[in-house]
Amino acid sequence: MKNNLFSIFTLLLCLSILLTSCSNDDDNNDYMMPAEPDFSGSYTQMDQMGRPAVNTVFVSSDAKDMFNVTTPSDQQSEFQSMFESNLTALSPAYANPGDMNALGQDAAAFTGLLATDVLNVSLEGTTTFYDGTNILTGRNLSDDVITVELLLIFGGEDFTENPSLSDDHVDANDKDFLTSFPYLAAPW
Amino acid sequence: MKNTKKSLWLIAPLLLAGLLIAADHIDAPAVEGGSSDITDFYVFQAADPDNLVFTVNVQGLLSPTATGMATFDEQTLIEFNIDNNGDNVEDLVIQAIPRDGTMYFFGPISPMETGLNSTIMTEAASGAVTITPYGSSAITASNDGMSFFAGPRDDPFFMDFAKYSDIIMGNATGFDNPGTDTFAGTNVMSVVVEVPKSMLGESGSINTWVESKTKQ
Repeated sequence: MKNNLFSIFTLLLCLSILLTSCSNDDDNNDYMMPAEPDFSGSYTQMDQMGRPAVNTVFVSSDAKDMFNVTTPSDQQSEFQSMFESNLTALSPAYANPGDMNALGQDAAAFTGLLATDVLNVSLEGTTTFYDGTNILTGRNLSDDVITVELLLIFGGEDFTENPSLSDDHVDANDKDFLTSFPYLAAPW
Repeated sequence: MKNTKKSLWLIAPLLLAGLLIAADHIDAPAVEGGSSDITDFYVFQAADPDNLVFTVNVQGLLSPTATGMATFDEQTLIEFNIDNNGDNVEDLVIQAIPRDGTMYFFGPISPMETGLNSTIMTEAASGAVTITPYGSSAITASNDGMSFFAGPRDDPFFMDFAKYSDIIMGNATGFDNPGTDTFAGTNVMSVVVEVPKSMLGESGSINTWVESKTKQ
């Protein structure tokens, strides 16, 4: 009996995961829309994002919702030590005292940068996550951000350590981007 | 046998979730797969170097057949945050929210309050654009130097996420060369705003992040 209940629970869990992707707006169909749209009310935070993959890689499973509702100015004090523990557990490139990434950061300095999850953007020229010269001046659609992050996590001081882990060898999108607004490619 | 069944039911949702987590796609339990789930965020210099482009994607991994059914949620406010004095607190916001097939935009403007709760800055309406239906070419709008788009697009994110998961779970020791793009052939719901840099800050650099917020 216990097993059956357990199965039902897990079945419901599976279904709910499958079904939450279908957003349903039907409730709005049975009354007249007012002439002016209603923008009143208070809106409360659900999700947030600065740099790519930060919550996924560096935040422990039971803290992911909390990270999404911690304002960036509080993230350093509340999450840097968790980031550092998870980084050193994940990557052998920080195993020895003095180990650094190619930016010259040890585990504490690197996670100190990442824990405040904002995307830094230059107002004065090249915007890129990393292009070999400029670093963290924005994020282009074509930037291979995952390989950059893998290199900084696994690649050691000169990007040569752990080569099987430091590049996923997917270097570009599956469609060409547009050269003008809205820049993103048409859907499949 | 019973134990096998039980473990299959246990594993199925984990596998599904494991396959789908990426840049920020389905990053946390409270938002995963729902209309407020941010999948990705980009800010880059526009074709016109006097402008910046803000892009947020929500509702990741839409198959082509699912894309025609996907809609923006009228209860979900998208808010781009801009800190232009280095304290990681937003000085300006750009807000976007859908009403009856149109995406409405507000700002850049100093918000009524910073942090986790927002009201829509209706006094700073900056433009609106018809949400592009799946299968139509992109509908864009411009007003006062800004440009606007909302609708389905190819997911610009690329990564061999399946192999990364294998590595994390101890089922592989490294990436393949060449890798396989887990996000190939999938779509997202995108909001794109192009803004003159002069509306955002004086010079130097800004700190940016994007939030989804639901109506209380």
